[in-house]
Amino acid sequence: MPRIKLPAPPIPPQFLPQPPRPGTQRGRPRTPLQKGAEAGKSAVDWIDERTSLSGGVRWLFFRKVPKGTNWFYTLGSATMIAFLSQAVTGVFLAMYYRPDPAGGAYESVRYITNDVFLGQFVRGMHKWGSSVMVILVFLHMGRTFFFGAYKYPRELNWVIGVVLLILTMLMSFTGYLLPFDQRSYWATIVGVNINGTGPLLGPYLSDFLRGGPEFTATTLSRFYSIHMLLVPGAIAAMIGAHLYLVAKLGTTAPPWQKPEDPPLELVEEAL
Amino acid sequence: MATTRRPSKSKYTADRGIPGAFEGETVTRRRFMTGTVHGAGALMTMGFALPALAFAIGPIFKNDSLGWQTVGTPDMFPDDNYVPAVIVIAPGIGEAGKSTVYIRARNANVDTTPPTQYNRWVAISTRCAHLGCPVRWVPASERFICPCHGGVYDLQGVRVGGPPPRPLDRFFTRLHEGYVQVGRRFSVNSELRAFSPRDPGEPLDGIGQYLYPSRPSVRI
Repeated sequence: MPRIKLPAPPIPPQFLPQPPRPGTQRGRPRTPLQKGAEAGKSAVDWIDERTSLSGGVRWLFFRKVPKGTNWFYTLGSATMIAFLSQAVTGVFLAMYYRPDPAGGAYESVRYITNDVFLGQFVRGMHKWGSSVMVILVFLHMGRTFFFGAYKYPRELNWVIGVVLLILTMLMSFTGYLLPFDQRSYWATIVGVNINGTGPLLGPYLSDFLRGGPEFTATTLSRFYSIHMLLVPGAIAAMIGAHLYLVAKLGTTAPPWQKPEDPPLELVEEAL
Repeated sequence: MATTRRPSKSKYTADRGIPGAFEGETVTRRRFMTGTVHGAGALMTMGFALPALAFAIGPIFKNDSLGWQTVGTPDMFPDDNYVPAVIVIAPGIGEAGKSTVYIRARNANVDTTPPTQYNRWVAISTRCAHLGCPVRWVPASERFICPCHGGVYDLQGVRVGGPPPRPLDRFFTRLHEGYVQVGRRFSVNSELRAFSPRDPGEPLDGIGQYLYPSRPSVRI
């Protein structure tokens, strides 16, 4: 079977090599000043020579997008930025948080909020950012639905998106317990019991979530582990797959975008 | 394209002139080595995956009882009103591991279940049978009332209003060296028949007891 070689994606003009200005020397930079000016470029070259990453970077970032692409197409990236913000603030909150239900968890959250420098700000970013992420997920889902962007060949990306939605909900559910005040505690009791109302498997799912028949010390550390290790890892992997498919399949034009008229054909003049 | 592929070799060793152990032998050295490596890989993966999984789901199969807890003396509990007592349901986590139990003496006029040594006092759990919020006893109306979604129960703990699918859970009680003690939790259906404890939200009438099977962690 003959191999089809696809043309390389276009390079934007500002990234094309420029011809030297008149009077400058061609070839490699010689003076230390010239070498210094080329330092960034040669560092990138050094990495690219050993990884060939530039092709992948061009493939991912310099794609052709359809005419009519508008601000609604940024909702997916916005969701990912919200996730990255949650990841970064979460890592720093974990430096102070203690998953100890005998008072330590609440005390550590109180300490973060009241005593740590900028603690209230970072915790606020994490707390309100979670709501922002859920809202963005739904807006992004609505955009995909109303623009018909879930249709062939993008069905698998819709399925991955639904998995990401469920994982985001799981993050919200497990994160709600961690401040360990009265609201966290009772909301988790109610949430676990709602899980338990699934027939046949529900009761065992409740036991799994609590780590036993009652809410114990295990429950909090279990939720903490799910919240900061298990689900974020799964979300990161799923975002990778989601992005790969977006780059591979391209984005859709908005539904109101009509195909342009075909170019007029050249007709030879009759002699 | 199918036309450009090499013709596939026979999978029988005899056709290919490879010595085999018996007539119709298909296992070549390559097949044997491939299978061995795949099998070894699967074995090594299971070697860490299965213990890790068992570690995570182990508590589902662990059945711990906290034993009997003393809540008072017999003269503390009348037979027409409930008295609250605090018991430990999860040790080692302080206040978060405690729960309130409402206790009254058995009253032959309302308690029709046959008397045994474990139901001389009626101990009602405050865990709402809807989704687990804490109910409170309101003596004036003789009702248990749940603050979350409006579940209402009568003196027996049987639902009289709201969303709960079954009566309130109970605890075994006994008299031990002059003190009233509270033991393990059990759930009841609307006829007050005892079952192994179920979580809130799980009905026990009709098909409910089969849709929501008892769990090994609390089976009695």
